[in-house]
Amino acid sequence: MSSQLPPVWSKIARHEMLPETTHDERARFNFLANLNKFLSASVSPGNKIAYERRVRPRFKQQHGRDFQTRDEVRQAMKTDPHYQTWSALRRSAMEMRQQAGRSLTLRQAYVLAAKAQQLSARQPHTLRLDPSVKPPPYLAAVDNHLMPGSYHTELIEGDVSAAANYDAGLFVTTGGMLGRLNDGGGKAIAKWLRETHPDFQPKHILDIGCGLGHNVLPIAQAYPNAKVIAIDTGAPMLRYGHARAQALGVHNVVFMQMDAAKTTFEDESFDWIQTTMFLHETAGKAIYDIMREIHRLLKPGGLTLHIEQPQYTPDMDLYEQFIRDWDAFYNNEPFWSKMHDIDPLELMTSAGFKAEHFMQIGVRAVNDLDDGKAKTDEPEDHGRTPVWNVFGAWKK
Amino acid sequence: MELDYINLASAKAKGQRPYFFDDPAVERVLNITMAVAGELAVMHERLDTIERLLEYKGLLSRNEIDAFVPDDTAAEQRQRWHAEYIARILRIVQQEMEALAHPELNQDVAEIAEQMASM
Repeated sequence: MSSQLPPVWSKIARHEMLPETTHDERARFNFLANLNKFLSASVSPGNKIAYERRVRPRFKQQHGRDFQTRDEVRQAMKTDPHYQTWSALRRSAMEMRQQAGRSLTLRQAYVLAAKAQQLSARQPHTLRLDPSVKPPPYLAAVDNHLMPGSYHTELIEGDVSAAANYDAGLFVTTGGMLGRLNDGGGKAIAKWLRETHPDFQPKHILDIGCGLGHNVLPIAQAYPNAKVIAIDTGAPMLRYGHARAQALGVHNVVFMQMDAAKTTFEDESFDWIQTTMFLHETAGKAIYDIMREIHRLLKPGGLTLHIEQPQYTPDMDLYEQFIRDWDAFYNNEPFWSKMHDIDPLELMTSAGFKAEHFMQIGVRAVNDLDDGKAKTDEPEDHGRTPVWNVFGAWKK
Repeated sequence: MELDYINLASAKAKGQRPYFFDDPAVERVLNITMAVAGELAVMHERLDTIERLLEYKGLLSRNEIDAFVPDDTAAEQRQRWHAEYIARILRIVQQEMEALAHPELNQDVAEIAEQMASM
């Protein structure tokens, strides 16, 4: 075996909101997880070989110089047969994952909606939907990561199917690298904060772009006395996330429908404001608006942290930039490319944070499925492997 | 009330779909083939489940399956199944060969239509 096998789907943590699956639906997920794994571990390395052995030499011959931008690399690679095959298969795998997830969630859409309503009724005051909140234009423009209908489309009353599909399928796309509850990001950041800043005891925490809340729950559990608010614009995500939180027994999170760039909270409301794999799904102006809003909402002495894939820096190899950029163009993540070009320090200081209070760290997912056998030399699934760059700042 | 989940499950995401091969037809076929490959994997896993359940229940052992040697009748039936199966899958290759071998039976149908006028 050249690489570690992904966990079978049945290793996913069960909770009352998780959609029912038949034997064959689970088997379909197992096939797709293995296909993803094969493509990243066994087929993608061929892209680097094709780049070094034929694409780059041909470019040098034709232009009398080496590549200068990752866009040049992309244009040249587009004609390479191996890259075409890998890309076509990767795109196909992403589409099949959506199909597989949707076919099983949509057939039980009414049951799931009823279940969510039932679970939410245990603590109805912690779910606050606001139908006047519309998806921001950058989310309405395209269906992110090929999710038909994106986060906000409601096919029936009380719909949660978009979130149920996301919850069931994320385990497949990431090959279980985020753990049994897909919460490796939230666990990692909570662990880092508790270990590095044990004296910091946030009482009011805001999670922006919470989706179905898989990363905010471990944060709420790490700080059980804190009042946690999780906001998102997608009602299906909030409904499902709230119900899932009740099912998992996490009661200190309020799920609110709100646009991060224009929240209704008062100045200096929070000690800690967190985003996890969210900023790359915003847009050029919105990301600055959101950061200014975060600065406004933080209390003096408060902290904001943002988990993302590594930023592109001038010293990052052009091939690596190019391969990390695949999702931007071919997995409907249109802001991915530009977001990773932003200098986080500039982003934070332009929002009002001081340069001397800026920080940047590397964090790896905390995975309860990790048996320690993962090989360190395993090829990275670029853009998917949960080895993150975290940047942020204290407000002082 | 019920959702048309079969149709909705395969819905297209908003945003133009990229095609990586020069000929989109190649990509179309690849996508269909990968979907079929997936369904074969699903079937294989189902069969594996059945075998293991039969073993747990003591009805047979998986070693018996691996050691199974068909008798002559079964062998013939099984080989015939394979032959039919392969011919079915590779139908188009056979038909292209037939066209090559018998050009007289491979006339353009539009031409035949023209000729029909005087027939």
